[in-house]
Amino acid sequence: MSSHADVERRLGELLRTHEEQVISRWTQSADAPRDELTELYRAILRAIEEGGRDLADLRGLLAELSRSRARAGYSPAETSKAVFGLKGALYEIVVAHADDEVLRGFIRFARLIDDLGLFTFEAYAEAREKIIMDQAEQLLELSTPVVKLWEGIVAVPLIGTLDSARTQVVMEKLLETLVETGAEHAVIDITGVPAVDTQVAQHLLKTVFAARLMGAECVISGIRPQIAHTIVTLGIEFGDIVTKSSLADALAHAFRRSGVQVSGGPATRVTVRAEQA
Amino acid sequence: MERVPILKLGDLLIVSIQVDLDDQTVLALKEDLAEVVVARGARGVIIDISAVEIVDSFTGRMLATIAEMCRMLDAHAVVVGMRPAVAITLVELGLSLGGVRTALNLEKGVALLDHVRGAVP
Repeated sequence: MSSHADVERRLGELLRTHEEQVISRWTQSADAPRDELTELYRAILRAIEEGGRDLADLRGLLAELSRSRARAGYSPAETSKAVFGLKGALYEIVVAHADDEVLRGFIRFARLIDDLGLFTFEAYAEAREKIIMDQAEQLLELSTPVVKLWEGIVAVPLIGTLDSARTQVVMEKLLETLVETGAEHAVIDITGVPAVDTQVAQHLLKTVFAARLMGAECVISGIRPQIAHTIVTLGIEFGDIVTKSSLADALAHAFRRSGVQVSGGPATRVTVRAEQA
Repeated sequence: MERVPILKLGDLLIVSIQVDLDDQTVLALKEDLAEVVVARGARGVIIDISAVEIVDSFTGRMLATIAEMCRMLDAHAVVVGMRPAVAITLVELGLSLGGVRTALNLEKGVALLDHVRGAVP
């Protein structure tokens, strides 16, 4: 009866002696660059000779392989199949040298390769997950600008569906801007919000109340007819919060409140000319 | 227990809270403030909470109580400099401090008081 160590030594010897041959066959079946596979093969060989305990290096290498192949447009199934290909490549050598120890070694080896193949799949999924999360974060940052309309008047044009996470970001950003700029009037424009339900309305109300607590007045603008209809049907009370149908009306309201005079009526077209030197 | 200083500026009182508010401190402030308002005949009180980072529901309610109390004593109260995080917390706690006047900073608080007193002589 031979020990695990013997089996591993024997397997290691076999892999080392026939390295060239196995790698050639593996390269044929796996459709991957030879030098990459050689590197991987040597890492596997090292791991086996060390008793298969420390797989950190090997995993790093596999994660790198998984990423580079994902970038090159391979599916995760193809990548893991390429790793599994090593079993087939080694099998022929094992058959030629068949004895008890080698066969047992091969079973252990196959198990290791299975793990590694599955690991490439995992690494692929992880990389994908990270990309999606990064993009969601970027989207969140992109979608909530706070713009200054006038001295003391800021606006938040909201575009897209509002959920709790986004409203939280909008709320924080708006309040921080109020502190930074000392603006006393804020316009929340919801022209680009496709639908308003009780939750969204709740978030809007919270934002307005928080701004009020800090000493700024909020006007909600851009309420389209359907949305006004929905809000009334849902029975949402906006109370004493000023709502306007368009951003222009909201701006006019803010002007009045802050004492800015605009000469000419709303029909007047304002023209700005550069002063002549 | 720490006491919050109450400063006099003309007929205004300025309360600048620079310490973490615990229940005892707020209660003491309420009592001190009532006495000083009466003693000095102050017409306006500005409570600056720009250094306050944490509030709980008790503190929030006390702010409203203090403002209400000042109104009873014929002084207008303004809470100034509330931080965004504090405002969000209070709203989440369901405290919108209905009757309390607020301003973004001390300067705007003084301007607001002047405006209010100009309108109601």
